[in-house]
Amino acid sequence: MTAPVQSFYSQISANRRRSLLLVLLLTAFLGFFGFVIGFAMSGGYWQGGLVATGIAVIIALLMTSVSYFAGDGIVLAASGAREVNDQVAPQLMNVVREMSIAANVPVPKVYAINDTAPNAFATGRDPRHASLAVTTGLLEKLDREELQGVIGHELSHVRNLDIRFALLVATLVGSIALLADFFLRFTFWGGFGGRGSRDRGSGGGGLVIIAIVVGLILSIIAPLIARLVQLAVSRQREYLADSSSVELTRNPYGLERALVKISSDREVLEVANRATQHLYFVNPIKKFEARAAGLTATHPPIIDRVNRLRSLTGQAPVDQSGLQALAGLD
Amino acid sequence: MDTLLIIILILIVAVIVGGILIYNGLVQRRLRIDEAFAQIEVQLKRRWDLIPNLVNAVKGYMGFEQSVLQNVTQARANAVTAGAQGPAAQAAAENALTGTLRSLFAVVENYPELKANQNVLELQEQLTTTENQIGFARQHYNATVLDYNTSIATFPNVLIAGPFGFGKREFFDAEPEAAQVPQVDLSNLAPPKVG
Repeated sequence: MTAPVQSFYSQISANRRRSLLLVLLLTAFLGFFGFVIGFAMSGGYWQGGLVATGIAVIIALLMTSVSYFAGDGIVLAASGAREVNDQVAPQLMNVVREMSIAANVPVPKVYAINDTAPNAFATGRDPRHASLAVTTGLLEKLDREELQGVIGHELSHVRNLDIRFALLVATLVGSIALLADFFLRFTFWGGFGGRGSRDRGSGGGGLVIIAIVVGLILSIIAPLIARLVQLAVSRQREYLADSSSVELTRNPYGLERALVKISSDREVLEVANRATQHLYFVNPIKKFEARAAGLTATHPPIIDRVNRLRSLTGQAPVDQSGLQALAGLD
Repeated sequence: MDTLLIIILILIVAVIVGGILIYNGLVQRRLRIDEAFAQIEVQLKRRWDLIPNLVNAVKGYMGFEQSVLQNVTQARANAVTAGAQGPAAQAAAENALTGTLRSLFAVVENYPELKANQNVLELQEQLTTTENQIGFARQHYNATVLDYNTSIATFPNVLIAGPFGFGKREFFDAEPEAAQVPQVDLSNLAPPKVG
């Protein structure tokens, strides 16, 4: 008895829809939060809310723009990646070329990282300025079909403009964090003076006090909630990259086998750390204690990714021991 | 009376602008199909260029397999000329060429020294990637055709598509011959050369 077969088209639509909904949620929240704070700080004027939100967004945008434009170079250098070409890595370049044709994007720059842990990442603000890096461990351990699946996944990140998407989300989260920080400082440094005893313009004293209280509560929990939403978006985009990879290769088995092989690998990727973990194909932080799980994970669990791929070909989902068995068979 | 007139004018402008946007979108999608088709040509030509190198690399070893090599060379020549005879003829010739290459590699399996030869391995990888690239180029072509055909059939584009002559385009189908397994005749194989 096997699970009902889905198409990758429906998976792609669902993943896009969910990530968009999360972003809309975040935007609405930012709007509400900014309004409440501005209302409270300006003593009852809704225009204050607009100004506060606007300033926070601009500052956050400036901060994230730096990583947007200069980010690739920094990440690649930090990973010790060196550029490769047809002479050095012919099969890798061929596979990248094949996937670029299927995805109808220009061939990105390809880099190799000298590490036995199998992993890969892609950076670049759009397909014309993209770079792809794979570890030597990945090249050794995966066969051609599996490599196609992984490269397809990474190129899909580029094609789906996930870096830009992540920038958008980071700006929203950054704005929320800035507003929260600012409001807390404002309050505790006595910005409100004699609360309630001064004449407060057209807003009405009671409403302003409510706004202050709500603003304070939100300022404490909002940054955390925003971060959780950001991680949820990151997970949805990973699922989207998986299903987009299937759209390119039309071969769910390749990517599934790659995930199974990598999940059973015990090697640790030396160059990765918490700051760069979200970029990689699978979470490079292997130690269970060091890696976040569930709501705080940047990547969905490998077993869920494998099972989603299995549902595309009508195979039954596996549990953790089933996954280990699959890996053992390789 | 004035506001009604303004509203009507705005609606008319909106419809015209909408119509223009839809028309432009359809033109863009149709052009993408042509581009995708041209990309297939690029990959096919790449294969034409690779084949003589492959034939040269194996010729010295496969003294008894001249017919297989000749089939490959002939099929390649046919494919090059079929290029000018339209998509149907071209597709048939290219699929025939694929068949001869498969036969060639099936025979190469019997020659261990050939299998291990660095040149042959590299060329095999090149041909594998070329076949893949042809496949992906065709896949992408079909994706552009799907996108276009969907556009002209859905509302409101369908209102513009008909009057302005946007017709359905065809998918690239593999020829029936491609579904057949190529026959490999090993009956008159000489024993592989040793040493």
